Amino acid sequence: MTILYVIIPIAIMLASFFVFFFLWAVKTEQFDDLETPAHKMLIDDWNDKPKKVKI
Amino acid sequence: MSSSNDTNSGLIQVKYNDQIVRMFTLATIFWATIAFLVGIIIALQMAVPQLNLTGWLTFGRLRPLHTNAALFAFAGNAIFAGIYHSTQRLLKTRLFSDGLSKLHFWGWQFIIVLAVITLPLGISQGKEYAELEWPIDISIVLIWVVFAINFFGTLLRRNERHLYVAIWFYIATIVTVALLYIVNAICIPVGLFQSYIVYAGIQDALIQWWYGHNAVAFFLTTPFLGLMYYYLPKASNRPVYSYRLSVVHFWSLIFMYIWAGPHHLLNTALPGWLQILATVFSVMLWAPSWGGAVNGILTLRGAWHLLRTDPIIKFFVAAITFYAMATFEGPLLSIKAVNSLGHYTDWIVGHVHLGTLGWNGFLTFGMLYFIVPKLWNTELYSKKMANIHLWIGILGILFYYVSMLAAGITQGLMWRAVDANGQLVYPDFVETVIRIIPLFLFRALGGVLFLAGYVLLLYNVYKTIKQAPKELVEETVQVRISSSTPIHPERGHRKLEGMAAAFTILALIAILVGSIIEIAPTLSINKYVKTENKVEPFTPLELAGRDIYVKEGCYTCHSQMIRTIQSDVLRYGAASTIEESMYDRPFQWGSKRTGPDLARLGKKYPDLWHYMHMEDPRAVIKESIMPAYPWLITSKIDFDSLQKKVSLFNKLGVPYSDEDLSDANNRAKEQAKKIADVLKSQGVKEDVSDKKITALIAYLQALGQKGGE
Repeated sequence: MTILYVIIPIAIMLASFFVFFFLWAVKTEQFDDLETPAHKMLIDDWNDKPKKVKI
Repeated sequence: MSSSNDTNSGLIQVKYNDQIVRMFTLATIFWATIAFLVGIIIALQMAVPQLNLTGWLTFGRLRPLHTNAALFAFAGNAIFAGIYHSTQRLLKTRLFSDGLSKLHFWGWQFIIVLAVITLPLGISQGKEYAELEWPIDISIVLIWVVFAINFFGTLLRRNERHLYVAIWFYIATIVTVALLYIVNAICIPVGLFQSYIVYAGIQDALIQWWYGHNAVAFFLTTPFLGLMYYYLPKASNRPVYSYRLSVVHFWSLIFMYIWAGPHHLLNTALPGWLQILATVFSVMLWAPSWGGAVNGILTLRGAWHLLRTDPIIKFFVAAITFYAMATFEGPLLSIKAVNSLGHYTDWIVGHVHLGTLGWNGFLTFGMLYFIVPKLWNTELYSKKMANIHLWIGILGILFYYVSMLAAGITQGLMWRAVDANGQLVYPDFVETVIRIIPLFLFRALGGVLFLAGYVLLLYNVYKTIKQAPKELVEETVQVRISSSTPIHPERGHRKLEGMAAAFTILALIAILVGSIIEIAPTLSINKYVKTENKVEPFTPLELAGRDIYVKEGCYTCHSQMIRTIQSDVLRYGAASTIEESMYDRPFQWGSKRTGPDLARLGKKYPDLWHYMHMEDPRAVIKESIMPAYPWLITSKIDFDSLQKKVSLFNKLGVPYSDEDLSDANNRAKEQAKKIADVLKSQGVKEDVSDKKITALIAYLQALGQKGGE
C-alpha cells in the first residue's frame, strides 16, 4: 500500500495539470463565447487569426 | 466574417498534410482486420480447445495479441488518423512537421509489428493491456513523445484563436496516456526479453488497474469523444447541441476518471476505503459520460431525417448509443454487490466489447466512411454497402453482448449457488463451464458477423480508392492574416504574471511529489501488511515456474485472489490476504475466471496430476476447455538466469536466504530433481528434471503454501 504515496501525488499532479490547463483556458478567453465555436467549426474557411496567437 | 476594416490584411494559403492522414487511415483498416480475426480465433478456442494448435497459437498468448492489436493498432491508428485530420482543419494550419509525422507513422507501425512477433512467442510482462516487453515500452513512449511534439507544435502555430472542444479532448489524451503508460511500465530488465515490474502484489494491482481503467478512459473514451465532437457535426452539418455542455462534461470527465481504477479490485484484499472511493467515483461518472452521449445524440435535433438516409450518421448514432449503454453498465458493475456477481465472468468481457465494438468500432467506421472519400477526392463507392455493414455489425454486437451477458450471469449464479445445507450446488468448476459453452459459440458467431460487416467496409474502401483520381489534390484553405490591434493589449504583461504564478505552483507540486517519494520508503512499515503473517518467498525453481505461468498468459483465464465473499470462500478457501501476494511481480490477481481460482492450488493434487493435466487437460478432466501444453515437457528450464533474478528480487526486498542467493542455480536443480524423481516413481518415463513442466509444477504446488493467511 506504500504505492499510495506514489500514485496519489501522480494523480494530484495530473489533476493539477488539468487545473492549470483549465485556468489557462479561462484566462485566454476560450470559454467567453460558448455559442459560436460550435457553428464556426462547420465553416471550412473561417478563421480569426489574431496578429499573434496567444499561447 | 473577420472585420472588413482591417487595412493591411492579407490572405495566405494553408495546405493540409493529408498524406499522413491517408497513411494512418490505411493502417487502421489493415490492423483492424488482424485484431478482429485474432478475436474470432480466441473466441472459438474457448469453445473448441483443440484449436490451440501450437505453442504460439494458444489462447494465453493470442489473447494479449488481440487486446493489444485492438487497443494500440486499431484504435491507436484510428485516433492518429482522426486527430491529424481534424486538428489541421480546426486550427487552420498544416501539421507542425512532415518529418515527425512520418516518424510517428512508421515508428508506430514498427511497434505493432514487434508486438505481433513477440506476443505469440510468449515474450510478455504479464500485465493486462501492457504485456509488451521493456524495449517495446520504451519505443512506445518515444513515439508518443514524437506525436505530442507534433501535436503541440501544430497547436502553437495555429491560425485560430479558439480551441474547439475536440482539441481539449485530444490534449487530455496525449498528456494522460503518456503518464499512465510510463508509471505502469516501470520495470527492471533481466535480459532483452524479460523484466520485472518494480511494484509487487497489491501495489502492482493498484497501479495496473489505475492504468487499465484509464487506458479505457484516455485511449478509448476521450480521444473518441473528441472525434465525435468533430465528425458528427461535420457529417450532419449541424452545430453540436450544447457547446457549454461539451466543455462542462469534458472537465468533469477528466477530473473523475482517474480515481475510479480500483473498481477492478472490488471485494478483494484491497482496503475497504479504497473500494468505496472507487465505487463513488465510478457512480459519479454516470453524469459526465451521459453528458457526452446526450450532447452527441441531440446534435441531430431537427435533422433526424439524416438517420434514414446517411449511413455515416447511422454509424455515429449507433456508436453513441453503445457508448451510453456501456457507460451506464460500467457504474452499475462498480457497485460492490453487482460486482460480486459479474466480476471474473464473461459479463465483463461483454461489457468491454459493448464499448470497443460498439463505441470505438462504429465511431471509427463512421469516420472512415466520412474521410476516405474526402481524402481521395471522390465519392463513397456504395452507400448501400455501408448500410448493410451497419446492420450486420449491430447484429454481431448484439449477438456478442447478449451471449456474454447471459454466460456471465449464468456462471456467476452457478458459482454462488448453495443448497439448504450451505454446500455449493456446483462444486466442480467445470460444471459451470459446460453450461456456457454454447454461449461461447454464439459469441464467436457475433464476432464473425461483425467481421463480415467489416469485410464490406474493406471492399467499399478499396473500390472508393480505386475510383479516385490519379493526382490527389491536397485540401487548402485561405487564412486571413489580420493586423488589427490585439483585443487585449495588456495581455503580454498579464500573461507573464500568470506564467510566473503557474510556474511557482508547478514547482511547488514537483517538490512536494519529490519529497513524498523520498519520504515514502521510511514510512514503508506498512500498516496494511501484518508483520506477524510471515510469508516465504518462492524458491528459485518456483520462480522459474512462475515466469512460465506469466509468459504462457495463464493469468488471462485464472485468478489468484479469493474474494471476501461467501461463494469464493466456500469454493476456494479463506479469503486471500495482502501478505500472500506481497512478493508477486507482477501480481496475479487476474481479471477473468475461465478456469478456477488458483490462489490455494498447492498440494491439492499430486505432481503427476499436474503433469498429465498440462500434457493434456482432457486426460484428467474430460470436459476441460484448457489448452494443452505438451511443449513444456520437452523444452528446458532457463537455470542460468535464476541467479540474476533471485538477487534482483532480494534487492527489491524479497527475503531470500544466503544459500538461495549464492547458489540459486544448483538449489533449483536439486528441487527439480526431487520432483522429477517423484514423477518417475509414479510412472513418467522421461527424465523431466531440466524441463519447464517441472518448474511449473513446483510453482503450482507452492501456491497458497507460503504463509500469510
